[in-house]
Amino acid sequence: MKILIIEDEKDMRQNMQATLEKENFLVEPVATYKEAMSKIGVYDYDCILLDIGLPDGNGLEILKTLKEKGYSDSVIIVSAKDSIDDKVHGLELGADDYLPKPFHMAELNARVKAVLRRRKMEGNNLLEIANVTININNHQVSVDGESLELNRKEFDVLFYLCTNQNRLVSKSALAEHVWGDYIDQTDNFDFIYSQIKNLRKKLCDKNAEIEIKAVYGIGYKLLVP
Amino acid sequence: MKLLNYTTTYFAVILIFLLGLWALIFYFEILDEIYDSMDDGLDNQKMLIIRQAKEDPSILSKNAFEDGNYIITSTTPQHSRSFTDAYRDTLMFMENEDEYEPVRLLESVFQQNGQYYKIKVVTSMVEEDDLRKELFFSLIWLYLGLILTILVLNNVLQKKAWKPFYKLLHQLEKFSIEKDRKIKFETTKIEEFKLLNERVDRLLKKSVESYKSQKEFIENASHELQTPLAISINKLELMAENANLPPAQMEELGTVLHSLERLTRLNRSLLLLSRIENRQFEAKENIAWNDLVKQIITEFEDFAEHQQVKISLTEEAHIEHTGNKDLAGILVSNLLKNAIFHTPSGTAVEIKISAKGIEFINPGSAPLEKSKIFSRFKGGEKEDSTGLGLAISKAIVEKMNMDLTYNYTSQNHIFTIFF
Repeated sequence: MKILIIEDEKDMRQNMQATLEKENFLVEPVATYKEAMSKIGVYDYDCILLDIGLPDGNGLEILKTLKEKGYSDSVIIVSAKDSIDDKVHGLELGADDYLPKPFHMAELNARVKAVLRRRKMEGNNLLEIANVTININNHQVSVDGESLELNRKEFDVLFYLCTNQNRLVSKSALAEHVWGDYIDQTDNFDFIYSQIKNLRKKLCDKNAEIEIKAVYGIGYKLLVP
Repeated sequence: MKLLNYTTTYFAVILIFLLGLWALIFYFEILDEIYDSMDDGLDNQKMLIIRQAKEDPSILSKNAFEDGNYIITSTTPQHSRSFTDAYRDTLMFMENEDEYEPVRLLESVFQQNGQYYKIKVVTSMVEEDDLRKELFFSLIWLYLGLILTILVLNNVLQKKAWKPFYKLLHQLEKFSIEKDRKIKFETTKIEEFKLLNERVDRLLKKSVESYKSQKEFIENASHELQTPLAISINKLELMAENANLPPAQMEELGTVLHSLERLTRLNRSLLLLSRIENRQFEAKENIAWNDLVKQIITEFEDFAEHQQVKISLTEEAHIEHTGNKDLAGILVSNLLKNAIFHTPSGTAVEIKISAKGIEFINPGSAPLEKSKIFSRFKGGEKEDSTGLGLAISKAIVEKMNMDLTYNYTSQNHIFTIFF
């Protein structure tokens, strides 16, 4: 899987690159509009992370060029502008997703994977981790072939943690992803704990081999043996 | 007091004194002139009588006024030598008026055929009390006439002249810096009003400009903070993930992350607030508020459960109202979160949707300060709160042309959204 990062902020670029390389993606980072244009002319990418505000041009122009030439690269717009207009405009131009800065690395990871999954939809929509199988289409989970009943939020938590397996997922990243658009208005994410507790118990009852580990004060990590 | 009435009152008072003074001077001047011409007349008459006496000495013995207006009496040379002509006022009985009336009298001496005579000539005089009375009434009429003229002039001319001023005043009354409504200045020939319009225009433009630049500054500052915040948080997340830090340091890292995330939320709220005020979020659609409220309750259920607060919903009406859906969602979630957050555990938050509007009711021990709660950073001092939630809510309802009020009744805080 090849991913192109178009982002002018050096530290931001490095963070994104480090995160995605950990997931064994092949990552190419570029910093300017010019560089980006020369790259997309030559190579195919599975996913392009596109910052709109580039020093030498508008990222949306890159998106336009891509779509005009009929390239099938998936595009996720990454923007500090967080403006509804940009979002609507970007999605209208054919972007696959819109991620406003600042975002959590876990969220970036989840979005990239979701986009890639949609691309390869015809194939596999089962996520297998140890003895746990997650059917992404119908939200069914089974352990060793035995079905595990989860409510909507428990499923979302588990799926998000699985997407970010072996990585640290902070409480706020989890809350914003699972509890929706409005929960980021809350300033205290301790309520997540009870969901995690239920989930752990259910996984444990079915002898799942995966384990949700709390990381002091920060969040959770899904450990896979 | 209105400007027009103010000047009229001034004129009324000043005119009383001016007219009074003028009448006094006029009265004495005219009296003086009357005496002068009367005395001239008497002198002339005296000379005529003396001439007549030379032709007809019989009149030298006329010693009663009766039908004539003079008497002649003989006098001694000694007396006449020291005598000079004298005019004086005296009273004389008038048959027609049946009373004593003032008359002017000239006393003089003359010599005829070696004999000295004293002559007294009278003429009826102006009746001063009548004159005064007449003058007084004329003055009253004059005064009333003048006041009336001033009133009419003020109301017609002045009003016309001051029209640009009142027009400006009216427009200023409706002006609001947030709404950015242009003021239309009336063209006028009057120098002062031209100047006033010019100055007001300049002042308003400057205020609007600085208001705008201040808003833009907040928005830009929040924007610029996004990236460094994102970088810091991400670096720390990667660090926590990669380095096998001992628990104590991990916990420290958690605290730093928590603070940075709080800063991010604060920044996002500020950005949101300035965006609402900068008239973004223009998109409008029909919103089914009942459904929206229910959706948000679901999202907050776990949060409420953790705070040990129950949420109950009563629907007495179905509310549909056009607006921006994103803002509506933020509004409802802010108010709900606020209610859950500030409710003692073990109690309940009640949401009531009625024809009146949507009420968020939660128990509380003391009323909040109404004037402050909707201001930025003035709300409850609770930890982990950005202090912007209610300010954002207020900005949203204003943007959507609705209203948000706070009341405290029977130990309950009640926030109501009116449509």
